[in-house]
Amino acid sequence: MLLTGDISPEKIEQEQLYLDMGLSNQEYDMVKNILKHRPNFTETGIFSVMWSEHCSYKTSKPLLSKFPTKGPHVLQGPGEGAGVIDIGDNQAVVFKIESHNHPSAVEPYQGAATGVGGIIRDVFSMGARPIALMNSLRFGNLTTDRVKYLFQEVVHGIAGYGNCVGVPTVGGEVQFDDSYEDNPLVNAMCIGLINHDEIQKGIATGVGNTVIYAGAATGRDGIHGATFASGDLAEDSDKDRPAVQVGDPFMEKLLIEACLEVIHSDALVGMQDMGAAGLTSSASEMASKAGTGLEMNLDLVPQREQNMNAYELMLSESQERMLLVVKQGREQEIIDIFEKYGLEATAVGEVIKEKVFRLKQHGSLVADIPVDALAEEAPVYQMPSKEAAYVKAFQEMENEIPKVENHAEMLKQLLQQPTIASKESVYDQYDSMVQTNTVVMPGSDAAVVRIKGTDKALAITTDCNSRYIYLDPETGGKIAVAEATRNLVCSGAHPLGLTDGLNFGNPTNPEVFWQMEKSVEGMSEASRILNTPVISGNVSLYNQSKGNSIFPTPVVGMVGLIESLEHLTPSFYQEAGDVIYLIGETKAEFGGSELQNIIQGKYEGKAPSIDLQIEAERQKQLLKAIRQGVVQSAHDLAEGGLGVALAEGTFSGKGLGADVEVSGNPTAALFSESQSRFLVTVKAEDKGQFENIIDHATEIGSVTANNEFFVRTKDKVVIEEDARALHELWKGAIPCLLKSKA
Amino acid sequence: MKFAVIVFPGSNCDRDMYHAAKDVLKEDADLVWYENSNLENYDGVLLPGGFSYGDYLRSGAVASTSNVMKQIKAHAEKGKPVLGVCNGFQILLEAGLLPGAMLRNKNLAFMCHQEPLAVANNQTQFTTEYAKGEIVRFPIAHGEGNYFCNEQTLADLKANDQIVFTYENNPNGSVADIAGIINEQGNVLGMMPHPERAVEELLGSDDGLKLFQSVVKNWRESYVVNR
Repeated sequence: MLLTGDISPEKIEQEQLYLDMGLSNQEYDMVKNILKHRPNFTETGIFSVMWSEHCSYKTSKPLLSKFPTKGPHVLQGPGEGAGVIDIGDNQAVVFKIESHNHPSAVEPYQGAATGVGGIIRDVFSMGARPIALMNSLRFGNLTTDRVKYLFQEVVHGIAGYGNCVGVPTVGGEVQFDDSYEDNPLVNAMCIGLINHDEIQKGIATGVGNTVIYAGAATGRDGIHGATFASGDLAEDSDKDRPAVQVGDPFMEKLLIEACLEVIHSDALVGMQDMGAAGLTSSASEMASKAGTGLEMNLDLVPQREQNMNAYELMLSESQERMLLVVKQGREQEIIDIFEKYGLEATAVGEVIKEKVFRLKQHGSLVADIPVDALAEEAPVYQMPSKEAAYVKAFQEMENEIPKVENHAEMLKQLLQQPTIASKESVYDQYDSMVQTNTVVMPGSDAAVVRIKGTDKALAITTDCNSRYIYLDPETGGKIAVAEATRNLVCSGAHPLGLTDGLNFGNPTNPEVFWQMEKSVEGMSEASRILNTPVISGNVSLYNQSKGNSIFPTPVVGMVGLIESLEHLTPSFYQEAGDVIYLIGETKAEFGGSELQNIIQGKYEGKAPSIDLQIEAERQKQLLKAIRQGVVQSAHDLAEGGLGVALAEGTFSGKGLGADVEVSGNPTAALFSESQSRFLVTVKAEDKGQFENIIDHATEIGSVTANNEFFVRTKDKVVIEEDARALHELWKGAIPCLLKSKA
Repeated sequence: MKFAVIVFPGSNCDRDMYHAAKDVLKEDADLVWYENSNLENYDGVLLPGGFSYGDYLRSGAVASTSNVMKQIKAHAEKGKPVLGVCNGFQILLEAGLLPGAMLRNKNLAFMCHQEPLAVANNQTQFTTEYAKGEIVRFPIAHGEGNYFCNEQTLADLKANDQIVFTYENNPNGSVADIAGIINEQGNVLGMMPHPERAVEELLGSDDGLKLFQSVVKNWRESYVVNR
């Protein structure tokens, strides 16, 4: 427990105690100017947490403004709990991605679990029923006990929370690289469904209206979590374990049901979850957005520990808590709904006209702060930016074709790379089917969730190849968005919009800031051209430890609409005799590829090139062919190139194989990671119609029976394998790595 | 036929069960909140899956002591059908309506996928639409589905033909590959796999339809007889 009573404002200033809490000297002076006096301990804590990167986006704000955020279907862009996009029939889809990296590095189970809990609250606080969860995970290579522990416990944490709350985890992605060894990334995405007239906002309007606190009581867990997340991870980060929150998914489930009942009451004015910076941020943001003030009596806040002081109450990040503003005089109606679910809900304050955030405890004033100073007027910094030193050398390197002697062996090695190998052992632990909407299970290009009562479905994907972004942040940023759209189009959806989970190193390093700037520029351009506005997102910086930064990893979470279930397209081959087409052209592009990783053990050179206009046109044509019913299966080419995609097409247990002939150098043909390519199968009788729609389709072979897998060049067979054997290698790789001794 | 889908705090397959009964089978069904419920006007009780009371203490333990269980027992004593799926099965075990207990899966992990099951007994009011030995595919989704009972209980279950479903490839370590059992009277069925998740081909299997159709058909026949 912090004894704050004897820490006077004078002492905070003289001993520069604010530095430890996260405020710089300059920021401390700004606070003094705003308050016209020295801040007391509680006020200093409130400013430091609200002005932390995690809450204020003070270094990333100038970059985020580059994203296109508008579109005819966007009902709510960034700024609320989650973004909202219209899908017709008075329905809308609500989604957002959020990181929980720092907590997961220290306490992986609870870090990951509470990451899931937090993103679910962001979605149902909008009034939407959460219908699906996705995630994007990054770990070091599975060679040390520590990394294996982090990997397994993060997965357990996601499963432990998501399964209990009854929201299916329908997919995601996991990649492995040394740069994440001490700094795993845990990004969770939640998708909700809502009727237009039910959309809620986190606003505190109406002077005299009552502020109600609902859900779990406040404890001393997670104090200063947002500040912890806004600094580098250090060797002694274990001491920050108390800054990690502890989740209770049962409480969350009750909170979901109660809040979704509350939204039907017209006594409700606004609702927001208490996430990062807990009561402080939810209360001050609700007031700031409404142009009002809030006064709260902290004695009324439910507390699970004794003698909590104002600082602890305001900075706690205890989970499963919501803040509501309710019409004056109608509090009991709302409280009764929470009581039905056995939840505590209690009035803790009221909306006031004066735009201040005023807190009382034990009869005295403990904080009195202008509201806008905390939220809208938080400082914003334009950080210095400098092209990373390695980039120039990489750009000058020629694209060369690596030497591969045995293509069959190389394909087998690629299929066993953890980033490519089956993640079944991961997603088998997630309840992917609850709510009975999951049409395409985890393990496909995109997960598909039908919308009951309609003929429509949503396709969902998360994606980010951080190696390309490391080599060339702008091109890599474009590829991240383009690949996500490709995944959705392959399933038969047209992409609606995206949420970004920006994970980077320390932004005070100009080279890191340059990576941020360039990748955001690349993503923005791709979003504009591919028509996927950015409707929500999250920034996680300082992902660095021992001076080593993670690869820049701006994860794209994207949702698309399948307008009719008839358009639903699988990624696996369907029938022997179907014709296999490759759409797009293959160049010798190995920078950042899995092949380069295997052969050289490092990433260098140019990232694959991408022409966004060509990308957009190809996607348009493929979707047209899908909607006309002439596509049997579609799969985008990604890590491992054509070779891996050809093999993956057989991994459905249907006993199918493939027989294809590639032209040119077989290494480039099979393993280059050139962009904007698709592997498509078509019934023989539909060839004509298909070729009329698609400009750049090359017929390369056909689907075969009996698990036979052949790849030929003009004059010889380069791969002859049993598809079942390839499937087994691909399936067994990760369980095998986890079992082997470090 | 009118079903009550019992909703406990933490149930999360309640809407799925309701959807199967109401929208797919087109039977009458209500979601019935565990408090202030009256089951007298219902013909069948469905206990859905989920994590009632967060699975705190033991799966199903807290729910098994709630007031609604008294009514469910009374309902069962009248010979009316009770189906408990997943957490619903765990509650029936904890309440003593079915014998045995659940352990954690033998690999200590939650698992969710389709599993092939054999219909071991097609002479129950839940399975008459199946052939004996028919192989069906139902999803499983559980962390504690490793059914355990002592040797005497197992011998009784076998002697009375109370084992209704068995796993073809036992995924969780259950004794005698048991996936679902019925009480001696033949009207209370508990099973870990989810028939309500297997009622639409779109979602990967509609093998669960026959289970619900069996219940409805047998109820109709007895209803006509008893009138």
